[in-house]
Amino acid sequence: MVNTILGRKIGMTQVFDDRGQVIPVSVIEAGPCIVTQLKSVDTDGYVAIQVGFGEIRPRLVNMPKTGHFKRAGLAPMRYLREIRTEDAGEYKLGDAIKCDIFKPGVRVKVTGISKGKGFQGVVKRFHFHGGDQTHGSMIHRKPQSSGATDAARTFKGTRKPGHMGSEKVTVRGLRVVRVDPEKNLLLIEGAVPGSDGGLLTIQQLEQR
Amino acid sequence: MALGAETIRELERTEMERAAQIWANNENRRREQEAKEKKRTEFETVSVEQRASIPGFRPGDTLRVHAKVVEGDKERIQVFEGVVIADNHENNRKCFTVRKISHGIGVERTFLLYSPRIEKIEVVRYGKVRRAKLFYLRDRVGKHARIKEDRNPKR
Repeated sequence: MVNTILGRKIGMTQVFDDRGQVIPVSVIEAGPCIVTQLKSVDTDGYVAIQVGFGEIRPRLVNMPKTGHFKRAGLAPMRYLREIRTEDAGEYKLGDAIKCDIFKPGVRVKVTGISKGKGFQGVVKRFHFHGGDQTHGSMIHRKPQSSGATDAARTFKGTRKPGHMGSEKVTVRGLRVVRVDPEKNLLLIEGAVPGSDGGLLTIQQLEQR
Repeated sequence: MALGAETIRELERTEMERAAQIWANNENRRREQEAKEKKRTEFETVSVEQRASIPGFRPGDTLRVHAKVVEGDKERIQVFEGVVIADNHENNRKCFTVRKISHGIGVERTFLLYSPRIEKIEVVRYGKVRRAKLFYLRDRVGKHARIKEDRNPKR
C-alpha cells in the first residue's frame, strides 16, 4: 500500500472535535489517483508507480501525453506524478488510490507550491530588522551592507531583495482530522502551502 | 475536479446541523426529566428544525448561557448571564460575546454559537439598541450602562 496521495486545496474552515474544541482545518480534495504507469527495475532502474489526478478537457492535453494515457487505456488527467514505493506489484494500470489510505489521527506531511509574493525586499523576504523609521534615519527598509570591503566581492548566497514565494514548500507533522472517502475529502489540521485550487502531495509520516 | 468553496459551505452546514441536533436532543432530554419529576408520562418533544432556530438573539439582549465546564475529569454546567455586546463571523464559526459585571468587575466571555459545549441558551430580556457592537458599555458604569427593553421583539 502506498502512503502518498495527490490532492487539491479547497480552502480552510473550522470544525469541532468530540471534546467540543475548535480545530482549524484545511479542506483537501484528495484523490482518486489513477495508476497510469508502473515503473520497474528492468525497464526504469527503480520501482515506482505513476499516478494521475484531476479532470482536464482532452483538448488541453498535448499529443505526447495523449499517447501516454491512450497506452494506459485511461482518460487524460491534469497532473501526473510518481510515487516511490516498493509495493508497486500490488497495483495495476487503472487502479484508484483513494483518501482512505489515511486514518484520522495520523501525521502527514504536505507539499505544495507556496503563494507567489513577487519581488520583495529583505525585510519581508528574510526578516531583516530594517533601519529606524525616524530620528533622521534615511535607511528604512534597505538591505544595507552586503559584505566586507576586503573581500572586494559579494559572497554567493548573500540575502538580497528578489523573487519570493511560488516555491516548493513542505509542512511536516500535520494531523489528519477527518477522512471522507465518499466525497474524496481530507481534513487536515492547520494550514497547508499554496493558494486554493493548488496541487498538493500528502504523505503519511512514519510512526515514531 | 469541480469541488470548490461550496464544498466548504456544505461542511459548515453539516457542522451546524450537528449542533442543532445536539440542541434538540438536550432540550428533549430536559423535557423528559421534567415530565418524570412531575409524574407525567407524556411530554412534548421538539424537532430539530424547531430547535435550530431558537437561539434567536441580537446584541443588546440579556442571555443565560449554560456552558459545560471541564474540571479535572468531571463536567459540570456553568451559567453565565449577561448582555450580548457583539456577534462575529458567519456560518459554523459564529460566536458572540457576553458581558456581565461580577463583583464590580466587568467580565466578558466569548462563546461559539455552534459549540457542543453550550448546553442551552436562554434569552432573559430583549434589548433595544441602535448599534451592532455595544463596546461603549465598557466605558459605562451603573445607570449609564442600562439598555432599554424591547417590548415588541422581532427576532
